[in-house]
Amino acid sequence: MNLDSSKHSIIRLFNVTKRYGAKLALNDVSVDIQPGEFIFISGPSGAGKSTLLKVLYLAEKVSEGQILINGMNLARISAAKLPRLRRRFGMVFQDFKLIPGRTVYENVALVLEVAGEKPSYIRKKVMHVLRTTGMEKKANALPPTLSGGEQQRVAVARAVVGDPDIILADEPTGSLDQASAGLVLDFLMAYHQKGATILVASHNLHLMESMVRGRNIVLDQGQLVKTSTML
Amino acid sequence: MTRYIKKALADIRSNRFLNLITIVTISLSILVVSLFLLFFENASRVIESWNQGGRAMIYLESAFSPEMLPDLEARINSLGAVEDMRFIPKSQALEKLKNEMSSHTRFFDTLKHNPLPHALEIRMKTHGDFQEVAAFAKKIGALEMVESVEYGQGWLARFLKIFSLFRITGYAMCGLFLLIALFITANTVRLAFYSRRLEIEIMRLVGATEGFIKTPFYVEGLFQGFLGGLLGLLILLAAFFTVSSGISQNLSTYVYLDIRFLSVKAMGLIILASTFLGWFGCYLSLKQILK
Repeated sequence: MNLDSSKHSIIRLFNVTKRYGAKLALNDVSVDIQPGEFIFISGPSGAGKSTLLKVLYLAEKVSEGQILINGMNLARISAAKLPRLRRRFGMVFQDFKLIPGRTVYENVALVLEVAGEKPSYIRKKVMHVLRTTGMEKKANALPPTLSGGEQQRVAVARAVVGDPDIILADEPTGSLDQASAGLVLDFLMAYHQKGATILVASHNLHLMESMVRGRNIVLDQGQLVKTSTML
Repeated sequence: MTRYIKKALADIRSNRFLNLITIVTISLSILVVSLFLLFFENASRVIESWNQGGRAMIYLESAFSPEMLPDLEARINSLGAVEDMRFIPKSQALEKLKNEMSSHTRFFDTLKHNPLPHALEIRMKTHGDFQEVAAFAKKIGALEMVESVEYGQGWLARFLKIFSLFRITGYAMCGLFLLIALFITANTVRLAFYSRRLEIEIMRLVGATEGFIKTPFYVEGLFQGFLGGLLGLLILLAAFFTVSSGISQNLSTYVYLDIRFLSVKAMGLIILASTFLGWFGCYLSLKQILK
């Protein structure tokens, strides 16, 4: 690892290993990610792509190794400080993870509510983000009444509404058709242009290569097997 | 806080049936507890008022004539413990009886002579306990010209027995019902928590603190406890007005009964306790779930 370049890293993984029983989901992975990078994590199913994202937002703890986010060691994060760390992330999931009983507006506003923002600011910001993602007219709709593409756009709106430094997207286009997937990636790219660091885990290498410029990290059986630049 | 209250109210609305069951259960438990409290408050007041001057009727022998009254009064006064004494001639007693039983005038017309005895109504000074009153009545009963002494010994003895029995079972029942209410509240919170598992998971992922997640549950528990307590007291109040007048009429012959509903302080305490119950049920449940 180049120590000079890692000085200003936003995310650093040192020999990270994650075991589920006897199975190795991540095996000695070391990565250094600079602020503003677009990272594409690819590999076959079971390669460890989702696990890599999960250990970053502390949905899972690493078995060995260390992770630094902006110099902060995740192993030393207390339960009380975890929510504050997670507010720095925007997350997009393949299954959207939207609250079915809450409207589109409420789902997106939740991020700002948990951050303790004022209602007037929340209203303004949420409506702005919904406008950007083309979901303004569906603000009062419930997620189950939306199409998959629309739900993912809401999920993206929720991921960006808090202006996070880092966006983690786990198979964000996995259940979408080509057009919807392209739209979602467009939003992520647009947000990337504003300076955010984006990590996208996906097996859809072809779509990514055609749309995204960034770095491709290839995982296989939990090991980092290749790093390349996508132009 | 407004946000949490709104959220809790929305959750109550979306789980109406479950919340209704909990509120009704709490209200029933509070009803039982309040009923015991009402009984103890009134029974204590009755005993207190009886201790501060219970009334007794001294029925005199037929050979007694009003001329003997000063002598008898002096002898009774010499026993002490008499606050006040009033002579009721038998003619006055018969008049009173006629007035009270005005529908049976034919019966009174057939009477050849007044069958009622002369009587003395006395009000006793404060007594320590029932045994003391009984001993005093026995002393009066032993006096010459005294036929019998009536001081409501029958119902008073029964009352004291029931009272002590109620006190013991009352505590046990209160404890039991409060435990049931606590269990039901805790279970409602558990069900509500599980039904909102996805929502809670998402809240955590977007950076919600445990306080942000738990507070609406606590507010919900407080609401349930408060409403349950209020409902329980309202049911008791309705039952009280239906039953209390009958009790007063039946027992006031012997002892002045001042049956009242719970004091404002007691009602406040009950509401506070049931609100706490709602919160505590929630606390126990969340502590267990989030362990």
